[in-house]
Amino acid sequence: MKRIKASIIGFGSVGQGVARVLLRKKEELSSMGLDIAVVAVADSKTAVIDQQGVDLAMVLERKASEGIVGDEHITGHDIIRDIEHDLVIETTPTNIDTGGVGLQNMLTAFNKKRHVVTSNKGPLALKYRELAALAERSGCAFRFEATVGGAMPLINLIKDTLAGNDVISIEGIFNGTCNYILTRMMEEHATYELMLAEAQELGIAEKDPIYDVEGIDAACKLVILANAIFGMDATYKDVHVTGISRITPEALMLAETDGYVIKLIGEVSKNRIQVAPRLVPIGHPLAVGGTLNVASLQTDLAGPVIVVGRGAGSIETASAILSDIVSVYKD
Amino acid sequence: MRVSMDIELQDAPGQLVHALKPISEFKGNLVSVVHHHEKRTPRGTIPVQVVFETESLSISPLIKKLEELGVGVIRVNEEKYLERGTVVLIGHIVHTDLEDTIDTIDKTGYAEVVELHLSMPSINKSSSASFKLDAVGKKELRDAISLLRSIANKKDLVLIEPIESEIL
Ligand SMILES: NC(=O)c1ccc[n+]([C@@H]2O[C@H](COP(=O)([O-])OP(=O)(O)OC[C@H]3O[C@@H](n4cnc5c(N)ncnc54)[C@H](OP(=O)(O)O)[C@@H]3O)[C@@H](O)[C@H]2O)c1
Repeated sequence: MKRIKASIIGFGSVGQGVARVLLRKKEELSSMGLDIAVVAVADSKTAVIDQQGVDLAMVLERKASEGIVGDEHITGHDIIRDIEHDLVIETTPTNIDTGGVGLQNMLTAFNKKRHVVTSNKGPLALKYRELAALAERSGCAFRFEATVGGAMPLINLIKDTLAGNDVISIEGIFNGTCNYILTRMMEEHATYELMLAEAQELGIAEKDPIYDVEGIDAACKLVILANAIFGMDATYKDVHVTGISRITPEALMLAETDGYVIKLIGEVSKNRIQVAPRLVPIGHPLAVGGTLNVASLQTDLAGPVIVVGRGAGSIETASAILSDIVSVYKD
Repeated sequence: MRVSMDIELQDAPGQLVHALKPISEFKGNLVSVVHHHEKRTPRGTIPVQVVFETESLSISPLIKKLEELGVGVIRVNEEKYLERGTVVLIGHIVHTDLEDTIDTIDKTGYAEVVELHLSMPSINKSSSASFKLDAVGKKELRDAISLLRSIANKKDLVLIEPIESEIL
């Protein structure tokens, strides 16, 4: 049995999902020879540390009832720097202007020779090259499947399952919030404002929806793909972005009459990275509805490959994190 | 454009090659050749149906050349526009000179706006429109859409284009 000491830095929707999944999959993990002991958990204010492994069920309960994870007043960053462990699960908020604490957390983790598995897009959309190079120099794994399509497998699909293929282009829907709003506008012939409000009420869109609806979130995901898959050195400022806030119900109806739906489509290939509303033929594999994400890859050997999945959600995103953890340790 | 041509050949060896050579010299891309060997004409010639694509806008020089070579050209059918595409525009489409938007495409000579549906919910709200474009080929359709893209940029309109795999 391999004992892995891990920390969970950031204990919101995704961090808690990871805790739940680790509890739920304890047996499966041990049948793979993995015993993952979470020795530290941190949120923005507090932390809990136990070298024997913290009781995740109790931490989840405390977070739910008191809004904190523990009594220690040590930051996530200091945990990464000072507490002995192997793997940092980094799930703090995405900040695309500076990289936020996530960037510092990841840099320190690699400097301390700890592996990083993350769902945090900010640092990767800004400083991918630097992080990947440092991870490599430190002999650390750096895994980020959850940053791109949530539970929809894409990076590992390309790197493992489709190994040997050249990916020519990737095109798809990388933001479930926009997909939901556009799908509902079409169904109800309703305005953007109305369906945004509905999405906010359902918790599908944030109070401040700019990041999603203006295509910035999708742009960050494409930048991660551009860097990790296409070997580019791009930041999200290199992406040509148009969001969905100016789409009208009339435009959706005119498109429908001509046999199309309108989707916010992200597209990346060697010579362009772009996010824009596009016409997708009704019945085309990219024309998925609701909050689903979808990606269509063009590859040189396998031809077209299409994946559809949930781009967000607590447990769904934790699923991608778990598969990254397993792939770090299985070999 | 795509050209379909009925020609007549003398019944002698090498005549087909003889007739096809000018077409390839004319940079015509052969799509099909149907040789009706059994259907000899009363003139003793053999009818052949040739279909090819070409970037040239006029094929009269080719016809002239064929006739000089003794190949009878019986019927020519030019289909100018091979590709059709749809785009959607949103914004102040009418007040930013719709006629100019359409003209810019029509003036290219390789593409035309052939259908336009406009929806104007109320005066101060954005209008939406779907445009159908015909173009002489895939490349020209893409060029026409790029042209619309720069017009949309200038006029602050949102242009919604078909996904890549649609036009490829
Ligand atoms: N939610 C999804 O479905 C999803 C999907 C894919 C990727 N992601 C990405 O995953 C990350 C986490 O998302 P989320 O939905 O879980 O966000 P969230 O619910 O807002 O949780 C963020 C967590 O980070 C904590 N935090 C903030 N600043 C911190 C600091 N300086 N040190 C340590 N912890 C800190 C917060 O603490 P408090 O609890 O004290 O506020 C909170 O627990 C984000 O980068 C997001 O973009 C999310």
